[in-house]
Amino acid sequence: MKFNVDWDLCDGNGVCVIEAPDLLDIDDDSNLVILAETFGADKLAQAEGAVRVCPKHALTIDRSAG
Amino acid sequence: MMRSIAVVGASLAGLNAALTLRNAGFTGRLVVFGDEPHMPYDRPPLSKEIARGEWGPDKIVLRREPVLDDVEWRLGVAATGLDAASRTLHFADGAEESFDGIVIATGATPRRLVGTEQAGVHVLRSLDDALALKRDLARPGARLAVVGGGFVGQEVAASARSLGIPVTMIEAVAPAAHVLGNEVGDLIADMHRRNGVDVRLAVAAEAFEGDGRLASVHLSDGSRVAADVAVLGIGVTPNTGWLEGSGLALDNGILCDETCLAAPGIVAAGDVARWPNHRFGELRRVEHWDNAVRQGAHAARRLLAASAEDVGPYTPIPWFWSDQYGLKIQVVGSTFGHDEVRIVESDTTSGRLLALYRRQDRLVAALGIANVGKVVRYRRLLDTDPLWKDSVASLEHNDAA
Repeated sequence: MKFNVDWDLCDGNGVCVIEAPDLLDIDDDSNLVILAETFGADKLAQAEGAVRVCPKHALTIDRSAG
Repeated sequence: MMRSIAVVGASLAGLNAALTLRNAGFTGRLVVFGDEPHMPYDRPPLSKEIARGEWGPDKIVLRREPVLDDVEWRLGVAATGLDAASRTLHFADGAEESFDGIVIATGATPRRLVGTEQAGVHVLRSLDDALALKRDLARPGARLAVVGGGFVGQEVAASARSLGIPVTMIEAVAPAAHVLGNEVGDLIADMHRRNGVDVRLAVAAEAFEGDGRLASVHLSDGSRVAADVAVLGIGVTPNTGWLEGSGLALDNGILCDETCLAAPGIVAAGDVARWPNHRFGELRRVEHWDNAVRQGAHAARRLLAASAEDVGPYTPIPWFWSDQYGLKIQVVGSTFGHDEVRIVESDTTSGRLLALYRRQDRLVAALGIANVGKVVRYRRLLDTDPLWKDSVASLEHNDAA
């Protein structure tokens, strides 16, 4: 699985980073950084948490990938 | 065994409760009631993209999750009463219905001042409020008075400035000072001044004058502000009026236990819910977007749980953000009842700011403007219930590195 990020919507709130620390980070310029291009089922709960709290609705999970 | 659940309130907390119920395996009858006629929509854009006329209402409808296909939506009908013992709901259209479980997420209503029932004077909570404000801001020669320096008022001020509209902000102390402290409030006032807002502090709006439509606002210092549009951003009142006599405990919200349970088979979430957050030792409501998501989910899990132990207490670290003038303001933690504010970084050129909040010997919150990386770092630190002296020390270490 992998994240699809709508980069037009993402404005680097960083809320997702707390939910999915193994998958996402934020750099010093407030840009979202994808730490893991793909992830397995063991990280799905983290990923779903990140999707849920994104205030810009910029994240979705592509379940067919990887 | 729950066979039927009603969610009263079709906004963010109610929607997340419904989603969580289905995702947790609840397959029974699920009905969502909303007093507005609209499907659940997102409120943060109301003061920004919607008020500025950049987005239409279709753009803020919240994502339709497939898991909610089997939900009955009863929209445009307000709940008018509840009997908590029998979990019977009464509605404005005369209907009444009983459920095994009820989630209450009826939100809050903006406060109004007396004498403000005239054209041009707005509050901002609903989509319809925002569309009405947008139309008034689009009037040729519009001049805006923002009454109250809270975040709704601040965001409307910023939106109006981006449209080139003259704005006067009227605030008793300093913007958001009652929650963030006077020093941070003054810095926020300066941010608005740099962007052309006429900020009037230590005054109150006393009269809204005009012949059929607002023409000016009369202030407590005797001055008058010419304005044909005003927005009242003076706080909200939780929507509990319909629960008088229900059997639920009401006191500035629905009083819940630490798990969001208000009565057997009844939970509450979002702006209307007041619960003890043991992490910060405080009994309060939290009116943030992030809390609506998390508390909606927690309340739903509590409703399905056999016991309080199965789900545990709701102890969030609040997270709040506001977007203004291209800057992101964020607060993590609870500034409520703080003993000290320390301004660690303040750059008036970039607008960048970092402030830390102490209560007793603990770090309880951090505020950042254009400072997301550090806000995230302090959010992680707050997970550890950090001592103030260690938090300040770690900061000096970071700055040295």
